[in-house]
Amino acid sequence: MEILLALMIGILYAAGIYMILRRSLVKLIIGIILIGNGANLLIFLLGRITKGAPPIIPENSEVFLDAYADPVPQALILTAIVISFGLQSFAIILVRRAHKVVKTDDLDEMNATDEDS
Amino acid sequence: MTQQIIIYPLFLQILLAILLMFFWNRINAQRVISIIGSSANLALTIWIFSEIWQNGIYSVQAGNWEAPFGITFAADTFSATLVLLTAISGLAVSVFSSGSVIPDRLRFGYFPIFHFLLLGLNGAFLTGDIFNLYVWFEIIIISSFVLITIGGEKAQLEGAVKYFTLNILASIIFLTAIAVLYGLTGSLNMADLAGKVAAVENRGLVEVTAILFLIGFGIKAAVFPLYFWLPASYHTPPSAVSSIFGGLLTKVGVYALIRVFTLIFVGDVFLDQILIAVAIFTLISGGLGALVQNNVRKVFSYLIICHIGYMIAGLGMFTEVAVAGAVFYLIHDIVVKTNLFMLSGLLYKIKASNSMKVLGGFYAQYPKLSLLLFIPLFSLVGIPPLSGFWPKISLIQAGFSGGNYWTIGAIIFASFITLVIIAKLWAEVFWKTPEERPRHSSFEYFSDISKLRKLQFVAPVVFLSLVSLYIGFGAEHVQLLSSRIADELINSNQYIDAVLHGGM
Repeated sequence: MEILLALMIGILYAAGIYMILRRSLVKLIIGIILIGNGANLLIFLLGRITKGAPPIIPENSEVFLDAYADPVPQALILTAIVISFGLQSFAIILVRRAHKVVKTDDLDEMNATDEDS
Repeated sequence: MTQQIIIYPLFLQILLAILLMFFWNRINAQRVISIIGSSANLALTIWIFSEIWQNGIYSVQAGNWEAPFGITFAADTFSATLVLLTAISGLAVSVFSSGSVIPDRLRFGYFPIFHFLLLGLNGAFLTGDIFNLYVWFEIIIISSFVLITIGGEKAQLEGAVKYFTLNILASIIFLTAIAVLYGLTGSLNMADLAGKVAAVENRGLVEVTAILFLIGFGIKAAVFPLYFWLPASYHTPPSAVSSIFGGLLTKVGVYALIRVFTLIFVGDVFLDQILIAVAIFTLISGGLGALVQNNVRKVFSYLIICHIGYMIAGLGMFTEVAVAGAVFYLIHDIVVKTNLFMLSGLLYKIKASNSMKVLGGFYAQYPKLSLLLFIPLFSLVGIPPLSGFWPKISLIQAGFSGGNYWTIGAIIFASFITLVIIAKLWAEVFWKTPEERPRHSSFEYFSDISKLRKLQFVAPVVFLSLVSLYIGFGAEHVQLLSSRIADELINSNQYIDAVLHGGM
């Protein structure tokens, strides 16, 4: 399971960076989404995967008796997903606006800000 | 418990932002509320600063979950100083925005978002939890995306695309670093991490994590070679927005670098060498970049990059003197960079241009205003006794005692090149006789606007110039403050004790 997840995270990061390096704005956004998901899965993986051991203390004891799944990474991922969702929706709207105003999808043609003025 | 006061600025900013949203279309009410709120915030942060100056580090555990399990807010002298500086810049920009930002932009929620941005900045300075720091960073960048795009001009949208891509990428790298760090240590509390990271056996992985943090924060702080988004975007939004960005946004990156590399990843020679190399290249490339620009705001954008190098150099040398120099520079830089972008806004309002080729004759036309603008410009160069001079003494002194002659060379080179740039700017903008330009009929010139609005343009510049003058002439006090901050940063046990054992 760990190996599979690790491979998948690697592929997500690689694909994401590849997409960000493309010139098209839409592919840029797809790249950001892919890397973001890769990062979320990475937190999940590095929080150690423990199967079938929820972090609930049995009724008749005060402390955990066995190894248990760490709940913190899941809280982190939840936060990160919500944040990246917000950012991605903003990004899509921004790209749409930029496409309408600049009339191009090609990042190489977006160089008005670098010109001397 | 009195220690709770350190989170009051956060409450104040979020309340202001919410209150302002109720006045969505009534922009005059928004202007008044924002200015009053920012003044109240300044008073509040002065109080917090004096409390911390007298009593040492304050910490608050959210929901009373004991550290390291809950989210911690901790204010040492460093955090308190930066929160105070945020309030000072925030007040100035609030006044400046109410005069300079056009009503169309104000009607789209400029002020609420501005206060959300300040909320994020305060939060980032005060938090003691690394994941919480990530969340505050996200609040900062989301607010800054809105501020940079509000108005929707062509250049703004293009700048925003670049700004936003690299900042999101930086956040993801930061998140990756947090993931690896959590995997190594199982903790997120920065004070707790300090001990746990030192105990990790897999030093290679710790180093990789540190580099990930360096890249993540480095993009935000705009250090070489990660700065290209900054000159492409900072000159596009209204100058009020640029001034809060230039004054505080990159400095949050620097703050995070200083915090993480003095608390969590300490004493790694390899990392210090990387930091010093980065600093040297930042100083040189930022300076050379500024030299060839003609747009005043682009010149200032490159100067931001150049001067980030001083702080990184101080952090890289990592002695008490060097860190004190870096902190002093940070204090000086926040005030002066905010002021510079407001200055560029003022120039634009007067001449309807920011190009050095077109501008000119300023001194003949506005002699008093020119003398006022002399203060921020030459504070930036660091002509003694103005404020930019003092931190460089500490930095150069630290360079000599550590034998970092390349760093000293780069520091002197960057100071010299800043002098050249400012002298060129002074000659072009203030002394040169300009060509006659036709007046734009649609543009509202400075000479046409009412007395009150003129005051809204000039008063914040005067205010920040006075602060700059204080930093220059009261350098003794600021040096005392920086030394105390450096002492707290280097002997991080004080911070760790305060967070983990309640301090006091």
